[in-house]
Amino acid sequence: MRLRTWLRLHSTLVYAFLYGPIVMLVILSFNRSGLPTAWGGFSLHWYRELLHNEALLNAALNSVLVAAGSTLVSAVFGTLLAMGLERIARSLVLDAFVFLPMIIPDIVLAIALLSFFTLIELPLSLLTITVSHIVFNIAFVAAIVRTRLSYFDNTLEEASLDLGAPPLKTFFNVTLPLILPGVLAGSLLAFTISLDEFVIAFFTAGPSQPTLPILIYSMVRFGVTPDVNALATVVLSVSALLILISQRLGGTEGFF
Amino acid sequence: MVSPILLLGPALTWLVIFLVFPLALIFVYSFLQRSPFGQIVFQPSLDNYLRLFNPTVLRVFLNSLRIAFIVTLLALLLGYPTAYFISSQPSRWKNTLLVLVILPFWTSYLIRTYAWIVLLNREGVLSRFLLGLGLIREPISFLYNDTAIVIGLLYGYLPFMVLPLYSSIERLSPELREASFDLGAPPLRTFWHITLPLTLRGIVTGAIFVFVPSLGNFFVPELLGGGQRFMIGNMINNQFLQARNWPYGSAMAFGVMAIVLALLFFQAWVTRRTEQV
Amino acid sequence: MNTRKLAVFLMWLLSLVLMACGGAPSQPSEPTPQAPAETQGAPVETQAPAKGKIVISNWDAYMPGDLLEKFTAETGIQVELALHATNEEIVGKLVASKGKGFDVVFMTGQFADAMAKMGLLSEIDYTKLPNSANLFEEVKRIPFTKYAVPYTWGTTGLCYRSDLVNYEPDSWYDLLKPKPELVGKITMLSTDRWLLLPAQKALGFSANTTDEQEMQQVKELLIEAKKTLLAYDNTTFYSKLVSGEALLVEAWDGWCNYGIAENPDIRFVIPKEGSDLWVDAMVIPAPSENKEAAYAFIDYVLRPEIGTWVAENILYKVPSRAVMEKLSPDLLNSFPNLAIPPGELLKQEALQDVGEAQSLYSAIVAEVLASE
Repeated sequence: MRLRTWLRLHSTLVYAFLYGPIVMLVILSFNRSGLPTAWGGFSLHWYRELLHNEALLNAALNSVLVAAGSTLVSAVFGTLLAMGLERIARSLVLDAFVFLPMIIPDIVLAIALLSFFTLIELPLSLLTITVSHIVFNIAFVAAIVRTRLSYFDNTLEEASLDLGAPPLKTFFNVTLPLILPGVLAGSLLAFTISLDEFVIAFFTAGPSQPTLPILIYSMVRFGVTPDVNALATVVLSVSALLILISQRLGGTEGFF
Repeated sequence: MVSPILLLGPALTWLVIFLVFPLALIFVYSFLQRSPFGQIVFQPSLDNYLRLFNPTVLRVFLNSLRIAFIVTLLALLLGYPTAYFISSQPSRWKNTLLVLVILPFWTSYLIRTYAWIVLLNREGVLSRFLLGLGLIREPISFLYNDTAIVIGLLYGYLPFMVLPLYSSIERLSPELREASFDLGAPPLRTFWHITLPLTLRGIVTGAIFVFVPSLGNFFVPELLGGGQRFMIGNMINNQFLQARNWPYGSAMAFGVMAIVLALLFFQAWVTRRTEQV
Repeated sequence: MNTRKLAVFLMWLLSLVLMACGGAPSQPSEPTPQAPAETQGAPVETQAPAKGKIVISNWDAYMPGDLLEKFTAETGIQVELALHATNEEIVGKLVASKGKGFDVVFMTGQFADAMAKMGLLSEIDYTKLPNSANLFEEVKRIPFTKYAVPYTWGTTGLCYRSDLVNYEPDSWYDLLKPKPELVGKITMLSTDRWLLLPAQKALGFSANTTDEQEMQQVKELLIEAKKTLLAYDNTTFYSKLVSGEALLVEAWDGWCNYGIAENPDIRFVIPKEGSDLWVDAMVIPAPSENKEAAYAFIDYVLRPEIGTWVAENILYKVPSRAVMEKLSPDLLNSFPNLAIPPGELLKQEALQDVGEAQSLYSAIVAEVLASE
């Protein structure tokens, strides 16, 4: 029992660490002053600004589109890759190769991809950012899914196949439920990384459709105004609310 | 059972087109030279690689390794119990707690870092709080040193540790997890002999997820570290952007990648041996 | 098997597909209703005859918010706006894409200089820019203005809290070898050229020196100076002055004004050893396919009302007689460095690309930043 109490205490502190700066960030969204790191009094000014800041809201939408698109593709490709690596091609070289997209410094991948897109004359747009993000997201999803596949009990799958179930049905009925927490954790990570990725997005972005990080970093020179904090506060509140609702509706059984 | 082409095909095709081809270009650059104004001229040589063996580059690299290693260790110590705690919760709480780990990161990195600066600077919240309590007499700054960099990196990459750990711990049967609580057996022994080996893959994956980006990060050293600690990520970035010396920057990047790949290779070999025992 | 779990998973997958289809894959480069209306000029599309389209890249908020809309209304030229965060990044992007994709780009002089020397810029034909008559004659003598049309200009100096620093700093040595009470309360810029500048000038060298011996001395002075610094800071130094975390910082004149706007006790001074002259400018990449429209845009930006907006809102000096002579005395009173006369600015040294020596510069910057 002591262990359980200790775990709870430890986790509470870790969550406090994760949310400490977030509390600060929310407070700063009510900062009258436009300075990023100095307090100037309470104001709702930046929330009114946010409502009229179409550029900021559009950039946020662009970011969500890129993150969702790249997560979707890399969730599927990454999961298949993980199964392939674990079941069929057990090779150290391939293992290392799959980690490669994670190891490359952002700036190198960014310049490599832009040079490549220029070479094949692919016009830059949100699509090229999405394509680029999939490259490293595949690696993250595959690595997490593989943590569930090691020691994976193949007998269930074999039983299903022996009983005459087609492979696809076996995959959806037997394999997927077992690896789903990994797929979900991987997708969550991929989505999060893509949402806030700047360097590769900047180099592979077309005009007129900046993602949120591109817009925010371009604001640095003349001041990142607290309406960015206001936006973050709104995003966090809405997400937290959705989580709470799904947790209430979810009953006793979660979906993974 | 299932066709290897179906499993490996999509991802490997994607990686060959959008990773191998573009990188091949950069790999060629690494053997060429910078023109006086920052373009690439075709003078093949190994110069760029030889220039990696200078004291500044080596010191920067070793310092970065040291910091990335400390961050990884701390992330593991903070992350493992947290992941364990999450996976031992009733399933309706699991999802919620897991998403809550990553939710802070759906905000912009830059404004999260600004928030840290407001908390940690000499005139900041923490310093004033400690002054108010009378624990310190003079305001102190927690920024612009290695500790600030470690805190910043740890904060940024902790979820990268928790998610793979969760994924592997959650797989353990509830009975096994409960065993460590309820049976008379000392929990440490259960943990050491059963839990830890079974979750080794999660630990290794999480460690890589934290170690690799920490090594390459250039933003935390700049903002929280006050630019005073030059990390390998800053160095590579500067070669590409400030010096406009792509060939040398490429050589630097491939040098780092080779070392990290060697570490990963070693890790894969150890993991496989451990799992086969 | 639990079909409910499967159903939830499939719904999650489906929602992602729908989101992706609704957006990402169907985003061609032409304007869509989702793109920021303000930056698109879309509302006036029907009023004016279309005369082609140009793509420009700039920092966010560096020009009036309605400029593009008004420009399109007047000329019929559609403008797509891209945003960049730093000179280094936009130059990197232009080099990797061989200058393609942009018609007008805002960047700082020495970067334009390097781009021109790489052959990535087209020479400016000032006869196509009637409004360039507003520019000070002197600014056009800076060599790189052959390829870059000046937009704003200024210098770099010391920005400090006059209420907390009990003397008047006037030398780069106040920054590099500070009095004891300022130790640990000083920041310097971290971009290579501006990191080197204080030591280059303090030692009496050119800010564009390519002499190795001189640069060794610069390095030693900077390594020594690092020990008394609070931080290298390119982006929040004025905020540090306002909070009192720093008392004396190396700053661009315009950015010092952002501190002054919050705290009038903040002052700016050009050190007596001299400083640099920086020029932010507009360039036309060589591969641009719509140069006429690019000239029309640049000429529009050179109108005095745009320059006046920049001076009043960005608090930067504009190299235009028509603008500077009509600024309100109140503004100049609040932000005295806006009143620095062109003659004073032109005494400072314009930063230029140093060519071959850039490798030396980078190596020295790395050694300084990596020193303990």
